[in-house]
Amino acid sequence: MSILLDEQTRVIVQGFTGDKGTFHAKEMIAYGTSVVGGVTPGKGGTTHLARPVFNTVKEAVANTGAAASLILVPAPFCADAIMEAADAGVRLVVAITDGVPAQDMMTVKRYLWRYPKERRTRLIGPNCAGLISAGRAMMGIMPGHIYARGAVGVVTRSGTLGYEAASQMKALGVGVTTSVGIGGDPINGSSFVDILALFEADPETAAVMMIGEIGGPQEADAAVFVQEHMTKPVVGYVAGLTAPKGRRMGHAGAIISAFGDTAAEKAEIMRSAGLIVAPSPAELGAAAAQALRRRASQPVMVQQ
Amino acid sequence: MDIHEYQAKELLAGFGVPVPKGGVAYSAEQAVYRTTEIGGSRWVVKAQIHSGARGKAGGVRLCATDADVRQAAKDLLGKVLVTSQTGPEGLPVHRVLVEQALPIERELYVGLVLDRKHERIVVVAHPHGGMEIEEIAQREPAAILRVVTEPAVGMRSFQARELAFGLGLGAQQANQAMAAVLGAYRAFRDLDATMVEFNPLVVTSDGQVLALDLKMSFDDNAMFRRPNVAELRDFAQEDPREAEAAEHGLNYVALDGDIGCIINGAGLAMATMDMIQHAGGEPANFLDIGGGASPDRVAAAFRLVLSDRKVKAILVNVFAGINRCDWVAAGVVQAVHEVRVAVPLVVRLAGTNVDAGRRILSNSGLPILTADTLSEAAEQVVAARHAGAAA
Repeated sequence: MSILLDEQTRVIVQGFTGDKGTFHAKEMIAYGTSVVGGVTPGKGGTTHLARPVFNTVKEAVANTGAAASLILVPAPFCADAIMEAADAGVRLVVAITDGVPAQDMMTVKRYLWRYPKERRTRLIGPNCAGLISAGRAMMGIMPGHIYARGAVGVVTRSGTLGYEAASQMKALGVGVTTSVGIGGDPINGSSFVDILALFEADPETAAVMMIGEIGGPQEADAAVFVQEHMTKPVVGYVAGLTAPKGRRMGHAGAIISAFGDTAAEKAEIMRSAGLIVAPSPAELGAAAAQALRRRASQPVMVQQ
Repeated sequence: MDIHEYQAKELLAGFGVPVPKGGVAYSAEQAVYRTTEIGGSRWVVKAQIHSGARGKAGGVRLCATDADVRQAAKDLLGKVLVTSQTGPEGLPVHRVLVEQALPIERELYVGLVLDRKHERIVVVAHPHGGMEIEEIAQREPAAILRVVTEPAVGMRSFQARELAFGLGLGAQQANQAMAAVLGAYRAFRDLDATMVEFNPLVVTSDGQVLALDLKMSFDDNAMFRRPNVAELRDFAQEDPREAEAAEHGLNYVALDGDIGCIINGAGLAMATMDMIQHAGGEPANFLDIGGGASPDRVAAAFRLVLSDRKVKAILVNVFAGINRCDWVAAGVVQAVHEVRVAVPLVVRLAGTNVDAGRRILSNSGLPILTADTLSEAAEQVVAARHAGAAA
């Protein structure tokens, strides 16, 4: 098992025929992802990468049975693309697009709530690297070969820091169930808590690593969730110890503007909530290995 | 993106927010001319920089005659104003705002923010204005009033009314305060703001409610659809290196240390800076070169980092996902030739085609130190910086 995505998941790409859509769809197919088609308004009825292209997401879903969509459209159109996918009943939407206006995301999240829970869309991103279930399938822009298949679930704001963690883990023989990039924007689709809950419920995931950064309340919320609801060991790291107050560090959401926004404060909250806090970003892999050992030494419930 | 006080007042006046009579001036003569437009017998001349705490720094002058106004404008224009928020280098004053001086009876605080916890526009108010909101939150957290708006219907009148009466205003003033808050909300929503702050919103002795000081910030990601806001950007208020970085599609933030950083990805950049500090060094900058690290972009990054004279060593850390390491390495070699890097350079490559990338670096004949891991890279660059300083 993995979370959210496996080789059976039928995936479409919104923005399929563009340069980015083409490049990443090819990579996803090569990795084993079941890409069943794509959407580019105006190019419906044509074929791209030996797969059908549709004008609307509704048509694509009706014809392919797609359950997931990867969004690679320019920022001005991203909110609309997410809402179109939600309205077509796509259950998982991964938005890679960077630069989406924050108020668009406010509207998108409000919009997603109009559907009843049993058909509501789960949104990952935007401004993220996507997600990968190691050795099975990927919906994103990450280099698939750096992930070894294993038992650690990874959830991260940053794309490249997630790569760093995966490669450190691989070098130590530690593998990944699923790695989820939740994105660097101030308002994003899924929070750390949302993904941690999925890892807690996934039987194959034995330990979890969460990689946060400065700005916003999501890391602290996640620490409380770990303390109150998780049985699996969780490794934490927060990037940006050297970041000054009030300056945006690349990501739209990476800015220290309120109490509790600094890396030091967040790391302290994690530590007091019982997370294994990696002392430096060079020790992410070692901390994951430590978490797995802790899991192995925990008493296991045996079925009678 | 931040704008000046006078720009925020002009924008918000268009949304029905009551502001004092006034106008911007670029010269002492123009400042005096503004007084005749405004009328009255007392004026304030306010330095326009992207910082608060201007009053304490001598950037706000009360004037009773034309001569006072001329002198105040002369004193301020062309000067660099250092406030508690600007850092020691201060910010240049190229414009002043001349306004009628008001007999103030009460000062209130009202701020609108895009709140990350609620994922909504939240209005925060407090009966005592003039302080920083962080200070208020610490001293009198119980007196803070909060309204969470609903994006589907916008801010409602009853919400503004609750705030106004909650601030202890009488019926007449409450109506004016409601107009101010509802106008600010509409501006926030329609112009893609991230923050509007009245600090203070004042009640004058003749019962008027006015925005005495206004601050406004905008969402950079939305400026493509707000050209009339985007044109208000004042590059003189920004670090010139940051403006240049933006032109090349790079993200640069100047810091106080002496180890220059060139990294792909914001999270990895922050982590690398942390690692440098962990190894005993101090980063000179944050710099994210983004996904497609073309040779031109890498060269621009080197020029930018080296324009900071403090820099004594440089660390390049690229985890190639979409790019390939050989391509990045070629870019680094080309950039080093082009820009002439005279400080020690450590390059750490990881990801796709890493061996080919390392070969290109070692075959270049350039004195580039290479590292395999993040910790090795940080240790090497800190050692190189110390060796350089000792030599």
